[in-house]
Amino acid sequence: MSKTSWIPEGVKRCSGRRFALGMAAVTAVLAWGVYAMFLVWYKGLNQTNMNDAYGFALWIWADLAVIALGGGAFFTGFLTYILGQEKLKGIINYAVIIGFICYSSALLILAIDIGQPLRGWFIFWHANVHSMLTEVAFCLSCYFAVLTIEFIPLILENPRLDRVPFLHHLSHNMHGIMAVFAATGVFLSFFHQGSLGGVTGVLFGRPFGYREGIFIWPWTFFLFTWSAAACGPCFTLLITWITEKITRKTLVKPDVKQLLAKISGWMLITYIIAKIADTIYWALVTAPSMGFTLMDFYSNNPVYGIWILIAEIVVCGVVPGLILITRTGRENAFLLMLSAFLAVMGCCINRWVMVLQVMAVPLFSFNEWYMYTPSWQEVATTILPVAYGVIVISLAYRYLPVFPQERELNPAD
Amino acid sequence: MFPFVFEWAWDMSHMVFMGGLWYALTIIGLGLTYCLIKAAVDTAREGKRTNDPHH
Repeated sequence: MSKTSWIPEGVKRCSGRRFALGMAAVTAVLAWGVYAMFLVWYKGLNQTNMNDAYGFALWIWADLAVIALGGGAFFTGFLTYILGQEKLKGIINYAVIIGFICYSSALLILAIDIGQPLRGWFIFWHANVHSMLTEVAFCLSCYFAVLTIEFIPLILENPRLDRVPFLHHLSHNMHGIMAVFAATGVFLSFFHQGSLGGVTGVLFGRPFGYREGIFIWPWTFFLFTWSAAACGPCFTLLITWITEKITRKTLVKPDVKQLLAKISGWMLITYIIAKIADTIYWALVTAPSMGFTLMDFYSNNPVYGIWILIAEIVVCGVVPGLILITRTGRENAFLLMLSAFLAVMGCCINRWVMVLQVMAVPLFSFNEWYMYTPSWQEVATTILPVAYGVIVISLAYRYLPVFPQERELNPAD
Repeated sequence: MFPFVFEWAWDMSHMVFMGGLWYALTIIGLGLTYCLIKAAVDTAREGKRTNDPHH
């Protein structure tokens, strides 16, 4: 009987030795993060620079950012399985893997942030049903389960595993009802992305973050979901581009990338129009009604100038949005990736200001700005998911048929 | 949280929050169970066909 390779048929991968060397380098970074993580668990949250002013800090920013960028999985899944955009099947596997990495990283960061992870289950058993964060915890955990279910069939397509009849049928059957899981994922994502925005929006004691809204939902609820759907696919495109550069191969057909970029561009431009409207109303009505002017939030401190608002909305919102909705912009590879990068940056800046600038702004005229610098343990545990992501992507690319168009696009292999 | 836990109250908040969680978990659980059972049935059928001398 011939021995089936672990590596998918018809594709070329680097030697095992070279792969192991690359993995060792990334594992060293991972080990640094794991060391910091155990320090936090063993010694407690005194290992961080969080204090009474900063109950939320770098970890929560990282959490919100990876959750938004992982939104590429739910939105691409929605387009592929619910709206029937068959073309996107060329990139959906990778979107799911990136989403899986993002959401598992978010859960890991939360497990570090709660200080006593052994009590993590309290949020399910002793749920505070008046908290948006409870909804976030519920949806996050369930959606991570959905992403795992979406990832499993791809793992089972490894040539060795696929030889086992039961696993072959399981993978086939899971593919068969993937639309059900994708629809559940969309439902869960809509609510947890929104509730993460809602958390800041309902803080009426924090005029920088507070927003009016509809019923119980502040406008930030909808803006967060919208921005995740717009910027998540951009992150998928960006990581695909980086993977193509590292592997020196074309892995996804340009028309697939351009379709995703076009949809993402329209989502981004409509989001940014809504965001501009929200900002104008907040600056002219909401904040003044609480005794603040716009410039109170952007002056008398060493970091947060008006530049951050311009960077988020104009440079990283309007500019990439306009490029992505024009055919010539999308067809230019450099502009396409520049726009994806800017959109991702814009989303990260948005999450940063909605988590950290909210905490920094003084609430009374006799207060100073509260500035914060993360400890090395916080930085190491925030870099930890990046190393983990690189490892998962490397293993997936090497052993799984992630890109269905790879063989066709690289016939010399 | 389940209705038999002492903190439970039959109010809208508990029913919406916990109902949503159970609803999502039920869909995920049923979907996964269906796939596992069907895979077992398909595997058994395939094994039978392979062993059938008239096939």
